[in-house]
Amino acid sequence: MSKRHIVVDPITRIEGHLRIEAVIDENNTIVDAYSSSTMFRGIETILQGRDPRDCGLLAMRICGVCTGTHYQRSIEAVEDAFDITIPKNARIVRNLIQGALYVHDHLVHFYHLHALDFVDVVSALSADPAKTAEEARKWAGVAGVSPYTDGESEFKAIQERVAKFVKQGRLGIFGNGYWGNKHYKLTPEQNLIGVAHYLQALDIQRDLAKMQAIFGGKNPHPQSIVVGGVTCVQDIQNPARIALFKQLLSDGTKFVKQAYLPDVYMAGTMYADEATDSKATFTELIGGKGVGGTGGGLLNYMSYGDFRLDDTGFYKAQTLFPSGIVYGGDLSKVEAVDHEKIAEDVTHSWYEGSEPLHPYNGQTIPKYTGLDKRDDGIAYLKTGEKYSWIKTPIYNDTRVEVGPLARMIVGVASKDERITKYVTNFLKRGNLPVSVLFSTVGRTAGRAIETELMADVMMEWVDELAANAAAGDLRTWTEFDFDKVSVKTKGMGLAEAPRGSLGHWVRVEDGKVANYQAVVPSTWNAGPRDYKGRMGAYEASLIGTKVADPEQPLEIIRTIHSFDPCIACAVHVVDTKGKSLGVYKLDSQCSI
Amino acid sequence: MAERIDGVRKLFTSKSARVDTNRGDLYYQQLFDTCRARLDALREQPAVNRLDFDSLLTDEGQDRREFMKWVSAVTAMLMLPPMFTPLVAEAAELMNRLPVVWLELQDCAGNSEALLRSDGPKIDEIVLDIISLEFHESLMAPSGHQAEKQLEDAMEHFKGNYLLFVEGSIPVGAGRDWCTIGASGETFLDHLNRVAENAAAVVAVGACATFGGIPAAAPNPTGAVGVMDVVKGKPVINIPACPANPANMVGVVLHYALTGQVPELDSLLRPKFAFGYRIHDNCERRAHFDAGEYVEEWGDEGAKNNFCLYKMGCKGPMTFNNCSIVRYNEGVNWPIGVGRGCIGCSEPDFWDKYAYERPMANANIKAPTGGVEKTVDQFGLGLLTAAGIGIGIHAVASAVAGKREEGGEG
Repeated sequence: MSKRHIVVDPITRIEGHLRIEAVIDENNTIVDAYSSSTMFRGIETILQGRDPRDCGLLAMRICGVCTGTHYQRSIEAVEDAFDITIPKNARIVRNLIQGALYVHDHLVHFYHLHALDFVDVVSALSADPAKTAEEARKWAGVAGVSPYTDGESEFKAIQERVAKFVKQGRLGIFGNGYWGNKHYKLTPEQNLIGVAHYLQALDIQRDLAKMQAIFGGKNPHPQSIVVGGVTCVQDIQNPARIALFKQLLSDGTKFVKQAYLPDVYMAGTMYADEATDSKATFTELIGGKGVGGTGGGLLNYMSYGDFRLDDTGFYKAQTLFPSGIVYGGDLSKVEAVDHEKIAEDVTHSWYEGSEPLHPYNGQTIPKYTGLDKRDDGIAYLKTGEKYSWIKTPIYNDTRVEVGPLARMIVGVASKDERITKYVTNFLKRGNLPVSVLFSTVGRTAGRAIETELMADVMMEWVDELAANAAAGDLRTWTEFDFDKVSVKTKGMGLAEAPRGSLGHWVRVEDGKVANYQAVVPSTWNAGPRDYKGRMGAYEASLIGTKVADPEQPLEIIRTIHSFDPCIACAVHVVDTKGKSLGVYKLDSQCSI
Repeated sequence: MAERIDGVRKLFTSKSARVDTNRGDLYYQQLFDTCRARLDALREQPAVNRLDFDSLLTDEGQDRREFMKWVSAVTAMLMLPPMFTPLVAEAAELMNRLPVVWLELQDCAGNSEALLRSDGPKIDEIVLDIISLEFHESLMAPSGHQAEKQLEDAMEHFKGNYLLFVEGSIPVGAGRDWCTIGASGETFLDHLNRVAENAAAVVAVGACATFGGIPAAAPNPTGAVGVMDVVKGKPVINIPACPANPANMVGVVLHYALTGQVPELDSLLRPKFAFGYRIHDNCERRAHFDAGEYVEEWGDEGAKNNFCLYKMGCKGPMTFNNCSIVRYNEGVNWPIGVGRGCIGCSEPDFWDKYAYERPMANANIKAPTGGVEKTVDQFGLGLLTAAGIGIGIHAVASAVAGKREEGGEG
């Protein structure tokens, strides 16, 4: 049986450097896939020996996109180690900094990192602006709102602006896209709506980022969180700051409700068939019962829980997102997360090590074994051996997916009232079945649902903060005796980043970091095979997907983008025909 | 060694790091004529995107007055007298003659994110109208070999004319082969050298691309270095900070459009217009420093009253950057505003030397005033000298950039 090997590197519109290699059969269906990160920096190693109070600033630089998340988790790990409970103001401020990031980051992801997998920019040029306005009203109607961009003239102006750009011949960052690919399913009018909102969202996101800067000092890389609390007492007691935050949030929320959600309804409806195509699921291929569709993948979902809603301290407080695990897409059951069951395996990762280790005992010792450079000029992953800088996290000896969809699914399975309401409302309005969630489209929808929820709940929090300050409580920091608490201890910062479950583990001895390990969301999702040869979420999600044109990896990047990868972008379809990527026969898996 | 230290001392005083803004009418008239000629020449060049700027402003419903307000602010930021304002406006209109290629190496995408926050011009204008952004992994539509082809095309089409922005450090040590990009598994080092070869100039943005940043922090597991340690025979401009301020990114492009030259650089290849002053010099809390009023503990009475953060580890007195003037996110805030203090992110090796929440040992910064400036400068000088080997490399790179300057602002 003849199969083709596709290499996608770089995968763009993600953070970081990622390579996907996929194998397609004679029907252009993906039958095997490998995910690899091709960049190493060694931040865990760099953190060793430092003062634990300084870790947050350094650990934050793990990522400049989910900026501030690693910062918080790192600081929390140290606070957990020192047994510090932060004051109410600090808790709310941290929630607001993090919440602002969720809304900002999800919006940027959907429009600027993902939308072009659904929206054909070139097709938008042939749209009829009048019909576009009608179409926009229709989808806004589904969401129960009026459209953000309303009226023929507005769409016409945007179309002309893009047309001018396109007619100059050089498309810049839009050049060489997969325009015209038959797996673009939106009509020209729908594409024009997408393009219009893509451009408007560039503007909106600048304002949303300001919310983080108000209490964080700047974005990216805020600077106001310290072990024991926050430093922005001046901004908390300033009514003008609070008012500005509310104004920005309110403007952003308008865009989320009137553009983002309608657009997700539009794309979700147009792509609903493949989202519910159970033949295209990973589980179907391995003989299990598929409950979802294209891009579904592992169907095991985990959330550590996040956003503390009271001041009882770490891992005791009630949280906005509950923690839990759902297996096999079964919404009737949820298991509690036990952090002792988290381990990292490096069988297929470029590190030394022989068995899965709990992060407290984790090691980060590089052992690079390279790529297999062949005569065709392509360097292939040595998939039978080590093939990624990402480790392989395992929970209770299973592979799980994390992210906004996982949070929504765990929330529903936990019967959380607020989350269930938002998810149910979304499906009902869109007239979409529950099974649509277990797919590439579902992952994108989960993120949109979460964005709305977060925007709504933040308005409550900022009022709570203002009321607390007005009542005279300006405490932002909890005092601790560093010399006493830092002798020998350990702690963890276990919560959620926009992209999913994030944990930082620190061991402190004599006031210095003795060991530091971070297990990030994209590690859970993008990790390579484990010691039993089981796939990670990226890999599994690609299985069963039909590729319209192997020259254009549209379906691959669409599904990979739905995870919002935080690695460094690189999906490269090295196609055999046109570009020297030959068709060759595979006798067994390990020959890849 | 003594010679080198002397060299550095000569280069690095708080005065010499600054743009001399009092050079007399003749100087500015000559510069004005140079810019005029440059802009005329640029106008003759075909635009990458042939867009009519005026009609764009109208199309977008933007007020010409708003635009001119921004132009005035940028003229001031570039430390040029008001007579240059119309020229800067023209340069902004002609920026679309400047193709930009943006590479990401050992990065966190923080500088790409910072670029997205640009407010003058706004990012949608940058992408669609103003700069011709030819390649940017975080934003571009194609992936895989189509993306690689896009880069090849830009390099070919704009040979010798594109500005190369680089984000992220480059591993040249043990980790040299560990980081690869593209189907052929090209190392970051080879990738950068290949793309830099045909660039007009290379702009390193952010702490990592300039001085190695976090990957180069001790023990530097991959042997990471900055762009200037790798790229030879090209002007290199450093815009450090973590992330770099988008205002400074735009400032550099605009300066290049205006003069055709690399802006005046300090000994670390940083544009003097942005890095000529210390955070401390323009800090909003400076009066409290001078009055000896400090935050002594997070959240104390001093914190509630915006006192100086020096005792909480602020490295503003050792750090050259314009954030106390430009701030972040359209001026909404900045680290010292939020009560945290500066971590020195625009200085080399700051992760190992500055980024902690305690005052520096032996910094000997006394308040109130009286000889304080001198003490602080000498201290900064000592650190730079300690940076050692780096200086030699900078000097070489400066010479290259300096040559380009001669014809321009010389």
